[in-house]
Amino acid sequence: MNPDIQARLCLNERLTVEILVEFIREEVRKAGFEKVIFGLSGGIDSALVAYLAVRALGRDGVHAVMMPYRTSSPASLRDAQTVVDGLAIPHTIVPITAAVDAYFATVDAALAAQATPLRRGNRMARERMCTLFDLSAHFGALVLGTSNKTELLLGYGTQFGDLASALNPIGDLYKTQVRQLARWLGVPASILNKPPSADLWEDQTDEKELGFTYDEADEVLYQLVDLRRSAAELVQAGADERLVRAIVRRVQNNQYKRRTPVIAKLSSRTVGVDFRYLRDWGR
Amino acid sequence: MPDGERFLVALGQLRPRLGDVAANVARHLEWIAQARASGASLVVFPELGLTGYQVQDLVLDVARPLDHPDVVRLVEAADGIDVVFSFVEESDEHLFYVTSVYAADRQIRHRHRKVYLPTYGMFDEGRYFARGQRFEAFDTRFGRAGMMVCEDAWHVSSPYLLGLGGANWMLLPASSPARSVTDPEHFGSQKFWRNLLQVYAQLFGVHLVFVNRVGFEDGVNFFGGSGVVSPEGEWVAEAPQLHEALEFAWVDPQAVRRARYTTPILRDERWDVVLRELRRLAEPREGRVNP
Repeated sequence: MNPDIQARLCLNERLTVEILVEFIREEVRKAGFEKVIFGLSGGIDSALVAYLAVRALGRDGVHAVMMPYRTSSPASLRDAQTVVDGLAIPHTIVPITAAVDAYFATVDAALAAQATPLRRGNRMARERMCTLFDLSAHFGALVLGTSNKTELLLGYGTQFGDLASALNPIGDLYKTQVRQLARWLGVPASILNKPPSADLWEDQTDEKELGFTYDEADEVLYQLVDLRRSAAELVQAGADERLVRAIVRRVQNNQYKRRTPVIAKLSSRTVGVDFRYLRDWGR
Repeated sequence: MPDGERFLVALGQLRPRLGDVAANVARHLEWIAQARASGASLVVFPELGLTGYQVQDLVLDVARPLDHPDVVRLVEAADGIDVVFSFVEESDEHLFYVTSVYAADRQIRHRHRKVYLPTYGMFDEGRYFARGQRFEAFDTRFGRAGMMVCEDAWHVSSPYLLGLGGANWMLLPASSPARSVTDPEHFGSQKFWRNLLQVYAQLFGVHLVFVNRVGFEDGVNFFGGSGVVSPEGEWVAEAPQLHEALEFAWVDPQAVRRARYTTPILRDERWDVVLRELRRLAEPREGRVNP
Protein backbone atom coordinates (compact mmCIF):
# COMPACT_ATOMS: atom_id res chain seq x y z
CA MET A 1 0.00 0.00 0.00
CA ASN A 2 1.10 3.55 -0.72
CA PRO A 3 2.83 4.71 2.51
CA ASP A 4 0.99 8.03 2.53
CA ILE A 5 -2.41 6.32 2.36
CA GLN A 6 -1.30 3.77 4.91
CA ALA A 7 -0.30 6.56 7.29
CA ARG A 8 -3.64 8.30 6.79
CA LEU A 9 -5.52 5.07 7.54
CA CYS A 10 -3.58 4.58 10.76
CA LEU A 11 -5.88 5.05 13.76
CA ASN A 12 -5.32 6.49 17.18
CA GLU A 13 -6.26 3.17 18.77
CA ARG A 14 -6.90 4.45 22.29
CA LEU A 15 -9.22 7.20 21.12
CA THR A 16 -11.03 4.97 18.61
CA VAL A 17 -11.67 2.28 21.22
CA GLU A 18 -12.87 4.88 23.68
CA ILE A 19 -15.45 6.17 21.17
CA LEU A 20 -16.61 2.70 20.12
CA VAL A 21 -16.97 1.54 23.73
CA GLU A 22 -19.06 4.61 24.54
CA PHE A 23 -21.07 4.07 21.36
CA ILE A 24 -22.00 0.54 22.37
CA ARG A 25 -22.84 1.52 25.93
CA GLU A 26 -25.01 4.49 25.12
CA GLU A 27 -26.81 3.18 22.05
CA VAL A 28 -27.57 -0.19 23.65
CA ARG A 29 -28.98 1.37 26.79
CA LYS A 30 -30.93 3.98 24.87
CA ALA A 31 -32.63 1.15 22.98
CA GLY A 32 -33.69 -0.23 26.36
CA PHE A 33 -31.18 -3.10 26.55
CA GLU A 34 -28.31 -3.98 28.86
CA LYS A 35 -26.86 -6.78 26.79
CA VAL A 36 -25.70 -7.51 23.24
CA ILE A 37 -25.57 -10.65 21.17
CA PHE A 38 -23.54 -11.30 18.02
CA GLY A 39 -22.39 -14.07 15.74
CA LEU A 40 -18.82 -15.14 16.37
CA SER A 41 -17.35 -16.73 13.25
CA GLY A 42 -13.74 -17.11 14.23
CA GLY A 43 -12.82 -14.25 11.89
CA ILE A 44 -11.27 -10.95 12.77
CA ASP A 45 -14.35 -8.72 12.45
CA SER A 46 -16.58 -10.52 14.92
CA ALA A 47 -13.59 -11.05 17.23
CA LEU A 48 -13.00 -7.30 17.31
CA VAL A 49 -16.69 -6.74 18.05
CA ALA A 50 -16.47 -9.25 20.93
CA TYR A 51 -13.49 -7.45 22.47
CA LEU A 52 -15.17 -4.05 22.11
CA ALA A 53 -18.46 -5.30 23.53
CA VAL A 54 -16.79 -6.78 26.61
CA ARG A 55 -14.99 -3.50 27.23
CA ALA A 56 -18.30 -1.67 26.94
CA LEU A 57 -20.68 -3.90 28.86
CA GLY A 58 -18.53 -6.39 30.79
CA ARG A 59 -18.49 -10.12 30.20
CA ASP A 60 -22.03 -10.52 31.57
CA GLY A 61 -23.30 -7.97 29.06
CA VAL A 62 -22.39 -10.00 25.98
CA HIS A 63 -23.43 -13.27 24.43
CA ALA A 64 -21.55 -14.87 21.55
CA VAL A 65 -23.23 -17.29 19.16
CA MET A 66 -21.30 -19.74 17.01
CA MET A 67 -23.31 -21.06 14.08
CA PRO A 68 -21.23 -23.55 12.11
CA TYR A 69 -22.44 -25.33 9.00
CA ARG A 70 -21.12 -28.81 8.27
CA THR A 71 -18.66 -27.50 5.67
CA SER A 72 -17.41 -24.70 7.90
CA SER A 73 -13.72 -24.93 8.58
CA PRO A 74 -13.02 -26.58 11.98
CA ALA A 75 -10.32 -23.94 12.44
CA SER A 76 -13.03 -21.26 12.42
CA LEU A 77 -14.88 -22.82 15.32
CA ARG A 78 -11.59 -23.33 17.15
CA ASP A 79 -10.68 -19.68 16.72
CA ALA A 80 -14.11 -18.58 17.91
CA GLN A 81 -13.67 -20.83 20.96
CA THR A 82 -10.32 -19.15 21.67
CA VAL A 83 -12.04 -15.74 21.74
CA VAL A 84 -14.80 -17.01 24.00
CA ASP A 85 -12.29 -18.64 26.35
CA GLY A 86 -9.94 -15.68 26.31
CA LEU A 87 -12.71 -13.23 27.19
CA ALA A 88 -14.54 -15.77 29.40
CA ILE A 89 -17.91 -14.80 27.93
CA PRO A 90 -21.17 -16.76 27.77
CA HIS A 91 -21.82 -18.38 24.41
CA THR A 92 -24.11 -20.77 22.59
CA ILE A 93 -23.30 -23.06 19.68
CA VAL A 94 -26.17 -23.42 17.21
CA PRO A 95 -25.23 -25.50 14.17
CA ILE A 96 -27.25 -24.41 11.13
CA THR A 97 -26.68 -27.58 9.11
CA ALA A 98 -30.06 -29.21 9.79
CA ALA A 99 -32.04 -26.05 8.99
CA VAL A 100 -30.15 -25.17 5.83
CA ASP A 101 -30.07 -28.74 4.50
CA ALA A 102 -33.78 -29.21 5.21
CA TYR A 103 -34.55 -26.03 3.29
CA PHE A 104 -32.53 -27.00 0.22
CA ALA A 105 -33.84 -30.58 0.28
CA THR A 106 -37.33 -29.11 -0.07
CA VAL A 107 -36.53 -26.30 -2.50
CA ASP A 108 -34.13 -28.22 -4.74
CA ALA A 109 -36.84 -30.87 -5.16
CA ALA A 110 -39.54 -28.26 -5.85
CA LEU A 111 -37.38 -26.50 -8.46
CA ALA A 112 -35.83 -29.70 -9.76
CA ALA A 113 -32.49 -27.91 -9.68
CA GLN A 114 -29.56 -27.83 -7.36
CA ALA A 115 -28.93 -24.49 -5.67
CA THR A 116 -25.77 -22.64 -6.63
CA PRO A 117 -23.05 -22.11 -4.02
CA LEU A 118 -24.03 -18.43 -3.95
CA ARG A 119 -27.65 -19.20 -3.06
CA ARG A 120 -26.54 -21.71 -0.46
CA GLY A 121 -24.12 -19.21 1.03
CA ASN A 122 -26.75 -16.49 1.19
CA ARG A 123 -29.19 -18.88 2.81
CA MET A 124 -26.60 -19.70 5.47
CA ALA A 125 -25.98 -16.02 6.17
CA ARG A 126 -29.73 -15.46 6.53
CA GLU A 127 -30.19 -18.55 8.68
CA ARG A 128 -27.59 -17.07 11.02
CA MET A 129 -29.42 -13.73 10.99
CA CYS A 130 -32.71 -15.49 11.88
CA THR A 131 -30.98 -17.33 14.69
CA LEU A 132 -29.41 -14.18 16.10
CA PHE A 133 -32.64 -12.22 16.09
CA ASP A 134 -34.46 -15.13 17.73
CA LEU A 135 -31.82 -15.44 20.43
CA SER A 136 -31.92 -11.66 20.77
CA ALA A 137 -35.52 -12.03 21.95
CA HIS A 138 -34.65 -14.96 24.20
CA PHE A 139 -31.71 -13.29 25.94
CA GLY A 140 -33.05 -9.73 25.80
CA ALA A 141 -29.87 -8.76 24.00
CA LEU A 142 -29.46 -6.36 21.06
CA VAL A 143 -27.86 -7.73 17.87
CA LEU A 144 -24.48 -6.21 17.05
CA GLY A 145 -23.36 -6.12 13.42
CA THR A 146 -19.91 -7.21 12.35
CA SER A 147 -19.58 -5.78 8.82
CA ASN A 148 -16.65 -3.44 8.28
CA LYS A 149 -16.51 -0.41 5.98
CA THR A 150 -14.63 -2.24 3.23
CA GLU A 151 -17.31 -4.96 3.07
CA LEU A 152 -20.14 -2.45 3.25
CA LEU A 153 -18.70 -0.39 0.41
CA LEU A 154 -17.87 -3.40 -1.75
CA GLY A 155 -21.22 -4.96 -0.96
CA TYR A 156 -19.39 -8.09 0.10
CA GLY A 157 -22.11 -9.41 2.35
CA THR A 158 -25.60 -10.88 2.22
CA GLN A 159 -28.52 -8.47 2.24
CA PHE A 160 -30.74 -9.22 5.26
CA GLY A 161 -28.08 -11.76 6.28
CA ASP A 162 -24.78 -10.77 7.85
CA LEU A 163 -25.53 -7.15 6.84
CA ALA A 164 -28.52 -7.08 9.21
CA SER A 165 -28.08 -5.81 12.76
CA ALA A 166 -29.35 -3.27 15.26
CA LEU A 167 -26.02 -1.55 15.86
CA ASN A 168 -22.74 -1.83 14.03
CA PRO A 169 -19.66 -0.59 15.93
CA ILE A 170 -17.17 -1.38 13.15
CA GLY A 171 -19.05 -0.23 10.03
CA ASP A 172 -16.83 2.83 9.63
CA LEU A 173 -13.54 0.95 9.93
CA TYR A 174 -11.72 -0.24 6.84
CA LYS A 175 -10.41 -3.81 6.96
CA THR A 176 -6.88 -2.46 7.47
CA GLN A 177 -8.13 -0.52 10.49
CA VAL A 178 -10.00 -3.55 11.83
CA ARG A 179 -6.69 -5.39 11.80
CA GLN A 180 -4.89 -2.56 13.55
CA LEU A 181 -7.51 -2.24 16.26
CA ALA A 182 -7.85 -6.01 16.75
CA ARG A 183 -4.11 -6.30 17.25
CA TRP A 184 -4.14 -3.45 19.75
CA LEU A 185 -6.99 -5.04 21.72
CA GLY A 186 -5.19 -8.39 21.93
CA VAL A 187 -7.22 -10.51 19.50
CA PRO A 188 -5.35 -13.86 19.23
CA ALA A 189 -2.62 -14.11 16.60
CA SER A 190 -4.19 -17.12 14.85
CA ILE A 191 -7.16 -14.89 13.98
CA LEU A 192 -5.07 -11.88 13.03
CA ASN A 193 -2.87 -13.80 10.66
CA LYS A 194 -5.23 -16.08 8.73
CA PRO A 195 -6.68 -15.13 5.35
CA PRO A 196 -10.16 -13.58 5.71
CA SER A 197 -13.00 -15.89 4.64
CA ALA A 198 -16.78 -15.81 4.63
CA ASP A 199 -16.44 -19.59 5.10
CA LEU A 200 -19.63 -20.28 3.18
CA TRP A 201 -17.99 -23.02 1.13
CA GLU A 202 -14.75 -24.94 1.42
CA ASP A 203 -11.52 -23.10 0.60
CA GLN A 204 -13.40 -19.84 0.07
CA THR A 205 -11.33 -16.75 0.81
CA ASP A 206 -12.55 -13.18 0.46
CA GLU A 207 -9.57 -12.02 -1.52
CA LYS A 208 -9.78 -14.93 -3.98
CA GLU A 209 -13.47 -14.26 -4.54
CA LEU A 210 -13.10 -10.49 -4.85
CA GLY A 211 -10.11 -10.73 -7.17
CA PHE A 212 -8.03 -8.23 -5.19
CA THR A 213 -6.59 -7.94 -1.69
CA TYR A 214 -8.11 -5.94 1.14
CA ASP A 215 -5.00 -3.75 1.17
CA GLU A 216 -5.56 -2.93 -2.49
CA ALA A 217 -9.25 -2.32 -1.88
CA ASP A 218 -8.67 -0.05 1.10
CA GLU A 219 -6.09 2.01 -0.72
CA VAL A 220 -8.56 2.67 -3.53
CA LEU A 221 -11.68 3.01 -1.39
CA TYR A 222 -10.08 5.45 1.04
CA GLN A 223 -9.15 7.76 -1.82
CA LEU A 224 -12.50 7.46 -3.61
CA VAL A 225 -14.69 7.77 -0.55
CA ASP A 226 -12.86 9.65 2.19
CA LEU A 227 -10.75 11.88 -0.05
CA ARG A 228 -13.45 12.17 -2.77
CA ARG A 229 -10.87 11.59 -5.48
CA SER A 230 -12.22 10.46 -8.84
CA ALA A 231 -11.39 7.14 -10.47
CA ALA A 232 -9.66 9.06 -13.26
CA GLU A 233 -7.42 10.86 -10.76
CA LEU A 234 -6.41 7.58 -9.15
CA VAL A 235 -5.52 6.04 -12.48
CA GLN A 236 -3.58 9.15 -13.47
CA ALA A 237 -1.62 8.85 -10.23
CA GLY A 238 -0.60 5.33 -11.19
CA ALA A 239 -3.31 3.05 -9.77
CA ASP A 240 -4.19 -0.08 -11.74
CA GLU A 241 -7.08 0.96 -13.94
CA ARG A 242 -8.75 -2.46 -13.97
CA LEU A 243 -8.64 -2.63 -10.19
CA VAL A 244 -10.07 0.87 -9.79
CA ARG A 245 -12.88 0.22 -12.30
CA ALA A 246 -13.73 -3.10 -10.65
CA ILE A 247 -13.97 -1.47 -7.23
CA VAL A 248 -16.00 1.51 -8.47
CA ARG A 249 -18.41 -0.88 -10.16
CA ARG A 250 -18.83 -2.95 -7.00
CA VAL A 251 -19.44 0.11 -4.83
CA GLN A 252 -22.07 1.44 -7.26
CA ASN A 253 -23.80 -1.84 -7.97
CA ASN A 254 -24.18 -2.65 -4.29
CA GLN A 255 -25.61 0.69 -3.13
CA TYR A 256 -28.99 -1.07 -2.75
CA LYS A 257 -27.57 -3.24 0.03
CA ARG A 258 -26.76 -0.15 2.05
CA ARG A 259 -30.25 1.31 1.80
CA THR A 260 -33.67 0.43 3.15
CA PRO A 261 -36.15 -0.80 0.50
CA VAL A 262 -37.34 1.81 -1.98
CA ILE A 263 -40.86 3.02 -1.21
CA ALA A 264 -43.18 4.34 -3.92
CA LYS A 265 -43.94 7.90 -2.89
CA LEU A 266 -47.64 8.75 -3.00
CA SER A 267 -48.49 10.98 -0.08
CA SER A 268 -46.96 14.22 1.11
CA ARG A 269 -45.19 12.40 3.94
CA THR A 270 -43.46 9.19 3.04
CA VAL A 271 -41.51 6.96 5.40
CA GLY A 272 -37.82 7.47 4.72
CA VAL A 273 -38.34 10.44 2.39
CA ASP A 274 -40.00 13.30 4.21
CA PHE A 275 -40.96 11.55 7.45
CA ARG A 276 -37.66 12.15 9.13
CA TYR A 277 -36.74 11.38 12.70
CA LEU A 278 -33.63 9.90 14.18
CA ARG A 279 -33.80 6.39 15.51
CA ASP A 280 -33.20 8.10 18.85
CA TRP A 281 -36.72 9.56 18.59
CA GLY A 282 -38.25 9.39 22.06
CA ARG A 283 -35.21 7.64 23.51
CA MET B 1 -38.88 35.07 -37.72
CA PRO B 2 -39.88 38.64 -36.80
CA ASP B 3 -41.07 39.46 -33.30
CA GLY B 4 -44.81 39.02 -33.05
CA GLU B 5 -45.36 36.00 -35.25
CA ARG B 6 -46.52 32.80 -33.65
CA PHE B 7 -43.93 30.10 -33.11
CA LEU B 8 -43.92 26.38 -32.38
CA VAL B 9 -42.43 25.20 -29.09
CA ALA B 10 -41.45 21.60 -28.37
CA LEU B 11 -41.73 20.45 -24.76
CA GLY B 12 -39.09 17.80 -24.10
CA GLN B 13 -40.72 15.94 -21.23
CA LEU B 14 -38.05 13.28 -20.80
CA ARG B 15 -36.82 10.89 -18.16
CA PRO B 16 -33.17 11.61 -17.37
CA ARG B 17 -30.85 8.85 -16.21
CA LEU B 18 -29.42 9.69 -12.82
CA GLY B 19 -25.75 10.61 -13.07
CA ASP B 20 -25.33 9.47 -16.69
CA VAL B 21 -24.51 12.75 -18.42
CA ALA B 22 -23.35 11.10 -21.67
CA ALA B 23 -26.62 9.20 -22.09
CA ASN B 24 -28.67 12.28 -21.25
CA VAL B 25 -26.75 14.47 -23.70
CA ALA B 26 -27.37 11.87 -26.41
CA ARG B 27 -31.06 11.81 -25.58
CA HIS B 28 -31.28 15.60 -25.70
CA LEU B 29 -29.56 15.63 -29.10
CA GLU B 30 -32.02 13.06 -30.47
CA TRP B 31 -35.01 15.05 -29.28
CA ILE B 32 -33.55 18.32 -30.57
CA ALA B 33 -33.24 16.74 -34.02
CA GLN B 34 -36.78 15.41 -33.79
CA ALA B 35 -38.16 18.78 -32.68
CA ARG B 36 -36.31 20.54 -35.51
CA ALA B 37 -37.62 18.04 -38.04
CA SER B 38 -41.15 18.67 -36.76
CA GLY B 39 -40.79 22.39 -37.47
CA ALA B 40 -40.38 23.61 -33.90
CA SER B 41 -38.46 26.87 -33.41
CA LEU B 42 -37.61 26.10 -29.81
CA VAL B 43 -37.25 23.00 -27.67
CA VAL B 44 -37.28 23.15 -23.86
CA PHE B 45 -35.98 20.43 -21.53
CA PRO B 46 -36.62 19.96 -17.80
CA GLU B 47 -34.54 21.05 -14.84
CA LEU B 48 -31.35 18.96 -14.47
CA GLY B 49 -32.20 17.03 -17.62
CA LEU B 50 -28.50 16.28 -18.13
CA THR B 51 -27.94 14.82 -14.68
CA GLY B 52 -31.15 13.69 -13.02
CA TYR B 53 -32.55 15.44 -9.97
CA GLN B 54 -31.27 13.83 -6.75
CA VAL B 55 -27.61 13.92 -7.69
CA GLN B 56 -26.51 14.24 -4.04
CA ASP B 57 -22.85 13.19 -3.81
CA LEU B 58 -22.68 12.75 -7.59
CA VAL B 59 -22.30 16.55 -7.83
CA LEU B 60 -18.52 16.33 -8.29
CA ASP B 61 -18.97 13.77 -11.07
CA VAL B 62 -21.75 15.45 -13.04
CA ALA B 63 -20.91 19.16 -12.69
CA ARG B 64 -19.84 20.87 -15.93
CA PRO B 65 -18.43 24.35 -16.58
CA LEU B 66 -20.15 26.26 -19.39
CA ASP B 67 -17.31 25.52 -21.80
CA HIS B 68 -17.33 21.75 -21.16
CA PRO B 69 -17.69 19.68 -24.35
CA ASP B 70 -20.98 18.17 -23.10
CA VAL B 71 -22.48 21.65 -22.75
CA VAL B 72 -20.91 22.88 -25.98
CA ARG B 73 -22.43 19.98 -27.94
CA LEU B 74 -25.92 21.04 -26.93
CA VAL B 75 -25.20 24.71 -27.58
CA GLU B 76 -23.90 23.77 -31.05
CA ALA B 77 -27.11 21.82 -31.63
CA ALA B 78 -29.04 25.06 -31.25
CA ASP B 79 -28.82 25.53 -34.99
CA GLY B 80 -32.05 26.35 -36.75
CA ILE B 81 -33.80 25.76 -33.43
CA ASP B 82 -33.36 27.39 -30.03
CA VAL B 83 -32.65 25.05 -27.12
CA VAL B 84 -33.21 25.33 -23.38
CA PHE B 85 -31.46 22.72 -21.25
CA SER B 86 -30.39 22.34 -17.64
CA PHE B 87 -27.49 20.82 -15.76
CA VAL B 88 -25.24 21.23 -12.72
CA GLU B 89 -22.98 24.15 -13.58
CA GLU B 90 -19.58 24.48 -11.97
CA SER B 91 -18.36 28.07 -11.70
CA ASP B 92 -14.75 29.24 -11.86
CA GLU B 93 -14.85 29.41 -8.05
CA HIS B 94 -16.03 25.75 -7.98
CA LEU B 95 -19.46 26.60 -6.75
CA PHE B 96 -22.20 24.35 -8.06
CA TYR B 97 -25.42 25.77 -9.49
CA VAL B 98 -28.66 24.35 -10.83
CA THR B 99 -28.43 26.12 -14.16
CA SER B 100 -30.64 26.40 -17.20
CA VAL B 101 -29.21 27.71 -20.46
CA TYR B 102 -30.95 29.33 -23.43
CA ALA B 103 -28.97 28.63 -26.58
CA ALA B 104 -29.64 30.05 -30.04
CA ASP B 105 -27.55 30.27 -33.22
CA ARG B 106 -24.99 27.98 -31.55
CA GLN B 107 -24.39 30.46 -28.76
CA ILE B 108 -25.45 30.78 -25.14
CA ARG B 109 -27.90 33.65 -25.05
CA HIS B 110 -28.77 33.42 -21.40
CA ARG B 111 -27.86 31.47 -18.32
CA HIS B 112 -30.16 31.32 -15.30
CA ARG B 113 -28.86 29.96 -12.04
CA LYS B 114 -31.66 28.72 -9.79
CA VAL B 115 -32.16 31.24 -7.01
CA TYR B 116 -34.50 29.37 -4.69
CA LEU B 117 -33.16 25.99 -3.60
CA PRO B 118 -35.82 24.03 -1.70
CA THR B 119 -34.35 22.58 1.47
CA TYR B 120 -37.32 21.25 3.38
CA GLY B 121 -39.60 18.22 3.36
CA MET B 122 -38.18 15.83 0.80
CA PHE B 123 -35.86 18.46 -0.74
CA ASP B 124 -32.21 18.97 0.11
CA GLU B 125 -30.86 21.28 -2.61
CA GLY B 126 -29.32 23.83 -0.25
CA ARG B 127 -27.01 21.11 0.98
CA TYR B 128 -25.41 20.64 -2.43
CA PHE B 129 -25.86 23.80 -4.48
CA ALA B 130 -25.03 27.49 -4.44
CA ARG B 131 -27.85 30.02 -4.91
CA GLY B 132 -28.20 32.13 -8.03
CA GLN B 133 -28.52 35.87 -7.54
CA ARG B 134 -30.50 37.31 -10.46
CA PHE B 135 -33.74 37.25 -12.38
CA GLU B 136 -32.79 38.85 -15.66
CA ALA B 137 -35.03 39.06 -18.70
CA PHE B 138 -33.23 38.51 -21.99
CA ASP B 139 -33.86 38.99 -25.70
CA THR B 140 -34.73 36.12 -28.02
CA ARG B 141 -35.94 36.07 -31.61
CA PHE B 142 -39.43 35.53 -30.13
CA GLY B 143 -39.27 38.67 -28.01
CA ARG B 144 -38.02 39.26 -24.51
CA ALA B 145 -38.12 36.22 -22.24
CA GLY B 146 -37.57 35.31 -18.61
CA MET B 147 -36.45 32.05 -17.07
CA MET B 148 -37.16 30.44 -13.71
CA VAL B 149 -36.21 26.96 -12.53
CA CYS B 150 -38.85 25.01 -10.59
CA GLU B 151 -38.89 26.34 -7.00
CA ASP B 152 -38.04 29.84 -8.31
CA ALA B 153 -41.66 29.99 -9.43
CA TRP B 154 -42.95 29.31 -5.92
CA HIS B 155 -41.77 32.81 -5.02
CA VAL B 156 -44.06 35.41 -6.53
CA SER B 157 -41.23 37.94 -6.73
CA SER B 158 -39.49 35.85 -9.42
CA PRO B 159 -42.01 36.28 -12.26
CA TYR B 160 -42.69 39.78 -10.94
CA LEU B 161 -39.07 40.82 -11.46
CA LEU B 162 -38.94 39.12 -14.85
CA GLY B 163 -42.17 40.86 -15.82
CA LEU B 164 -40.78 44.26 -14.83
CA GLY B 165 -37.64 43.35 -16.75
CA GLY B 166 -39.74 43.23 -19.88
CA ALA B 167 -40.39 39.50 -20.30
CA ASN B 168 -43.27 38.80 -22.67
CA TRP B 169 -42.99 35.09 -22.14
CA MET B 170 -41.45 32.88 -19.48
CA LEU B 171 -39.66 29.56 -19.42
CA LEU B 172 -39.98 27.19 -16.51
CA PRO B 173 -37.98 23.96 -16.56
CA ALA B 174 -38.85 21.81 -13.53
CA SER B 175 -38.27 18.54 -11.70
CA SER B 176 -41.38 18.43 -9.63
CA PRO B 177 -42.34 15.27 -7.76
CA ALA B 178 -45.85 13.92 -7.54
CA ARG B 179 -47.23 14.09 -4.05
CA SER B 180 -50.72 13.38 -2.74
CA VAL B 181 -52.99 11.17 -4.82
CA THR B 182 -56.35 11.74 -3.23
CA ASP B 183 -57.70 14.38 -5.63
CA PRO B 184 -59.92 13.33 -8.52
CA GLU B 185 -57.81 14.62 -11.43
CA HIS B 186 -54.32 15.71 -10.55
CA PHE B 187 -51.63 15.02 -7.99
CA GLY B 188 -51.74 17.46 -5.10
CA SER B 189 -48.42 18.97 -6.13
CA GLN B 190 -49.53 19.21 -9.76
CA LYS B 191 -52.78 20.91 -8.82
CA PHE B 192 -50.83 23.62 -7.04
CA TRP B 193 -48.57 24.05 -10.05
CA ARG B 194 -51.51 24.36 -12.40
CA ASN B 195 -53.13 27.05 -10.30
CA LEU B 196 -49.84 28.87 -9.97
CA LEU B 197 -49.12 28.86 -13.70
CA GLN B 198 -52.60 29.98 -14.65
CA VAL B 199 -52.50 32.84 -12.16
CA TYR B 200 -49.01 33.95 -13.20
CA ALA B 201 -49.81 33.83 -16.90
CA GLN B 202 -52.82 36.06 -16.35
CA LEU B 203 -51.27 38.29 -13.72
CA PHE B 204 -48.15 39.06 -15.73
CA GLY B 205 -49.77 38.79 -19.15
CA VAL B 206 -47.29 36.22 -20.46
CA HIS B 207 -47.07 32.79 -22.02
CA LEU B 208 -45.62 30.31 -19.58
CA VAL B 209 -43.72 27.34 -20.94
CA PHE B 210 -43.59 24.71 -18.21
CA VAL B 211 -41.51 21.57 -18.81
CA ASN B 212 -41.44 18.99 -16.04
CA ARG B 213 -39.60 15.68 -16.14
CA VAL B 214 -41.01 12.18 -15.62
CA GLY B 215 -39.67 8.93 -14.17
CA PHE B 216 -38.79 7.66 -10.72
CA GLU B 217 -35.76 8.26 -8.54
CA ASP B 218 -35.62 5.93 -5.54
CA GLY B 219 -39.41 5.71 -5.42
CA VAL B 220 -40.01 9.43 -5.93
CA ASN B 221 -42.04 10.05 -9.05
CA PHE B 222 -41.92 13.19 -11.22
CA PHE B 223 -45.32 13.91 -12.71
CA GLY B 224 -44.62 15.47 -16.08
CA GLY B 225 -47.73 17.38 -17.14
CA SER B 226 -45.66 19.90 -19.10
CA GLY B 227 -47.56 22.54 -20.99
CA VAL B 228 -47.97 26.07 -22.22
CA VAL B 229 -50.37 28.47 -20.55
CA SER B 230 -51.58 31.51 -22.46
CA PRO B 231 -51.98 35.03 -21.00
CA GLU B 232 -55.70 34.22 -20.75
CA GLY B 233 -54.79 31.43 -18.31
CA GLU B 234 -55.65 28.68 -20.78
CA TRP B 235 -53.62 25.56 -21.52
CA VAL B 236 -52.51 25.84 -25.14
CA ALA B 237 -51.02 22.36 -25.00
CA GLU B 238 -50.50 19.77 -22.36
CA ALA B 239 -48.21 16.75 -22.19
CA PRO B 240 -49.40 13.56 -20.46
CA GLN B 241 -48.76 12.76 -16.83
CA LEU B 242 -46.03 10.25 -15.95
CA HIS B 243 -44.92 9.37 -19.50
CA GLU B 244 -42.17 10.68 -21.72
CA ALA B 245 -43.41 12.90 -24.51
CA LEU B 246 -42.21 15.46 -27.00
CA GLU B 247 -45.26 17.70 -27.01
CA PHE B 248 -45.78 20.68 -29.33
CA ALA B 249 -47.48 23.99 -28.69
CA TRP B 250 -48.06 27.12 -30.77
CA VAL B 251 -47.27 30.33 -28.92
CA ASP B 252 -48.98 33.42 -30.25
CA PRO B 253 -47.41 36.70 -29.09
CA GLN B 254 -50.54 38.53 -30.23
CA ALA B 255 -52.28 37.03 -27.22
CA VAL B 256 -49.87 38.93 -24.98
CA ARG B 257 -50.59 42.14 -26.83
CA ARG B 258 -54.35 41.70 -26.41
CA ALA B 259 -54.11 40.64 -22.76
CA ARG B 260 -51.96 43.60 -21.82
CA TYR B 261 -54.38 46.00 -23.48
CA THR B 262 -57.48 44.37 -22.00
CA THR B 263 -56.06 44.01 -18.50
CA PRO B 264 -53.17 46.48 -18.22
CA ILE B 265 -51.79 45.26 -14.90
CA LEU B 266 -48.21 45.71 -16.02
CA ARG B 267 -48.88 49.29 -17.15
CA ASP B 268 -50.42 50.15 -13.82
CA GLU B 269 -47.79 48.46 -11.72
CA ARG B 270 -46.43 50.88 -9.08
CA TRP B 271 -42.94 49.55 -8.76
CA ASP B 272 -41.84 52.87 -7.28
CA VAL B 273 -44.17 52.11 -4.38
CA VAL B 274 -42.87 48.53 -4.22
CA LEU B 275 -39.28 49.74 -4.10
CA ARG B 276 -40.03 52.30 -1.39
CA GLU B 277 -41.89 49.71 0.65
CA LEU B 278 -39.15 47.13 0.23
CA ARG B 279 -36.59 49.67 1.44
CA ARG B 280 -38.74 50.40 4.46
CA LEU B 281 -39.21 46.70 5.20
CA ALA B 282 -35.51 46.05 4.74
CA GLU B 283 -34.78 48.12 7.85
CA PRO B 284 -33.88 45.55 10.53
CA ARG B 285 -36.68 45.02 13.02
CA GLU B 286 -37.38 42.23 15.46
CA GLY B 287 -39.80 39.57 14.38
CA ARG B 288 -39.65 40.25 10.66
CA VAL B 289 -38.50 37.98 7.89
CA ASN B 290 -34.89 38.70 7.06
CA PRO B 291 -34.18 39.89 3.53
